[in-house]
Amino acid sequence: MTLLEVEPSSPERSRHQKSSITAGQLGRKWHIVIVVSSILVGALTWVPTGSVNWARWVIVALVTYCVGVYVAARLVEGRRKAMDRLMTALITGAFALVSLPLISVVWTVVERGSSRFDVEFFTSSMRGVVGEGGGAYHAIVGTLIVTALATAMSVPVGLFTAIYLVEYGNGRRLARAIATMVDVMTGIPSIVAGLFAYAVFVAAFGPGARSGIAGAVALTVLMTPVVVRSSEEMLRLVPNELREAATALGVPKWKVIVKVVLPTAISGIITGIMLAIARVIGETAPLLVTAGIAQGVNWNPFDGRMTTLPVYTYYQYVQPGVPPDAGQDRAWTAALTLMLIVMALFTLARILSTVLQPKGLK
Amino acid sequence: MTESSPSLSEPIAQTSKLGDRLFGGTSKGAGILILVTLAAVSLFLISEAWPAFTTDLTDLDGGDTFFQYVLPLVFGTIWASFLALTIALPLAVAVALFISHYAPRRMASTLGYFVDLLAAIPSVVFGLWGITVLAPILARSIYPWLEENLGFLPFFAGPASTSGRTMMTAAIVLSVMVLPIITAISREVFLQTPRLHEEASLALGATKWEMISQAVLPYGRSGVVSGAMLGLGRALGETMAVAIILSPADLITFNVISNQNPNTIASNIALKFPESSGLEVNRLIATGLVLFLITFIVNVFARRVADSGFSGAEG
Repeated sequence: MTLLEVEPSSPERSRHQKSSITAGQLGRKWHIVIVVSSILVGALTWVPTGSVNWARWVIVALVTYCVGVYVAARLVEGRRKAMDRLMTALITGAFALVSLPLISVVWTVVERGSSRFDVEFFTSSMRGVVGEGGGAYHAIVGTLIVTALATAMSVPVGLFTAIYLVEYGNGRRLARAIATMVDVMTGIPSIVAGLFAYAVFVAAFGPGARSGIAGAVALTVLMTPVVVRSSEEMLRLVPNELREAATALGVPKWKVIVKVVLPTAISGIITGIMLAIARVIGETAPLLVTAGIAQGVNWNPFDGRMTTLPVYTYYQYVQPGVPPDAGQDRAWTAALTLMLIVMALFTLARILSTVLQPKGLK
Repeated sequence: MTESSPSLSEPIAQTSKLGDRLFGGTSKGAGILILVTLAAVSLFLISEAWPAFTTDLTDLDGGDTFFQYVLPLVFGTIWASFLALTIALPLAVAVALFISHYAPRRMASTLGYFVDLLAAIPSVVFGLWGITVLAPILARSIYPWLEENLGFLPFFAGPASTSGRTMMTAAIVLSVMVLPIITAISREVFLQTPRLHEEASLALGATKWEMISQAVLPYGRSGVVSGAMLGLGRALGETMAVAIILSPADLITFNVISNQNPNTIASNIALKFPESSGLEVNRLIATGLVLFLITFIVNVFARRVADSGFSGAEG
């Protein structure tokens, strides 16, 4: 869709333009005029308040542009073209509008989180800290332990389940039941998974029990179905010819799976696992009710409360301490750390998926 | 989906030995473990929730019966998710169309990656952003205006909150959170629209928008609906963002800009659980069970829509 400038060939023909073929076109020059003038109208919103409000500027400019381009196109090009331009403007505008909060989230976290992004934050815990200082060392340790445990529990179960569904299930009733239940599990709200883990550990160790392992169990409930789903999809992508060729050579089925199927699908499986980790590492609610919060470092997931980064972020914000600024700064830095971890996992997943991809697939 | 695992391997299975049986058994065991886990989830939740249904709750604040206690929470949960979905759905479809049909191709794949990344930003981060950035802006410039000019509607009856900790703020933050999910799924189905449908439409002289509304949108409708349902599922279960933002009260109201808001189930659990003991814990777990049921129903519905197939999809 290029905006060519087509002048109506003669004045009298332009007066009778009814058909969309003979109608004129809104030239690029006029289009630029509309864009610039709507930006200027948006800038006028500074005048009453005297301060720059980016969000209002963008929104007013977008609305002005939509109205302007519709009216102009309606006059020059006719109804259908005008509708088309309006929808283009609305769709692009929606994208811009949605970018605003999302950019704002990232920007705020980076800006406010960088003030305490220092060595002390990563080397000290909150033990004995009332006002300023302190850090999230204990929370980072807790997050790593809990997530590692959850990964250690959910990856084998998830992967073997996927193998069963793809290689052994073959439309059996059990396989169908498992597939359905995995779907149900995907929909479990995270707080409900937390309550489940809490209920299990209360039944085992009495009321009020909080520990890292309980948090890991809650995360496992959330993570396993994601691992099953992604691994299953990847295993199904492995061409049947590979399995058949190996089987024809007399290789036992389990060796076919281990030596042929898994290596072919490994890049996708690992990507799926990384994304699953990225998903659960930011979970707050289930850890809030299972692992709780502690002030010091706890290396033992089987004994006592264990702080994790998301829960730490939450508590530093809602209970910031005596000068509230210090606690809130810690909350933002913890949020920044969390976001960086998620981004790192995402990027790693993307790199691994291209590096490990076997030749000849896709 | 094609059926995999050809029956070719059957003869081999007879001669295969311990290794095969072990491996097959482990896989089957893992699958059964999932069934057991899910059964355990339901069992433990029900057994821990049971006292809340059977015992007299008059000693606890917030309603004499469990039903009285949970009703405002159910309302709040559904109301917040409904508002979030109403805001997010049109925007998500527009953004998905932008990525699939309007943005330059090179930019589109980067944008797709960006959207996936946003879906993974932890909810506590969105909550912090909502309360420190969004709530003050809305409380300063939007809510007073809404109360003044649209106050005759029950939604904007006010009095407008000065802190911005309202249902509206929570719903907007929720919509920002579910938007990437709906966008990702919608974009997938929009990209799957058969090229020939699009080209046929354009060849008949349709403008780009007419092509989209005639070919792309009808094709992607069921995909969009199931994406919306998944987003709804996330909004229903979303805890921390709501817990941080909303200033809760025990009532049912459609007013979205006041300080008195019905809480959601998940946020209520997160706020009360750390300080609760005894029967209160049982009651909170019982509300969790109700939430589980609601999300379960939504998910079953989503699955049904998704299974009903993409309208006019490949045969």
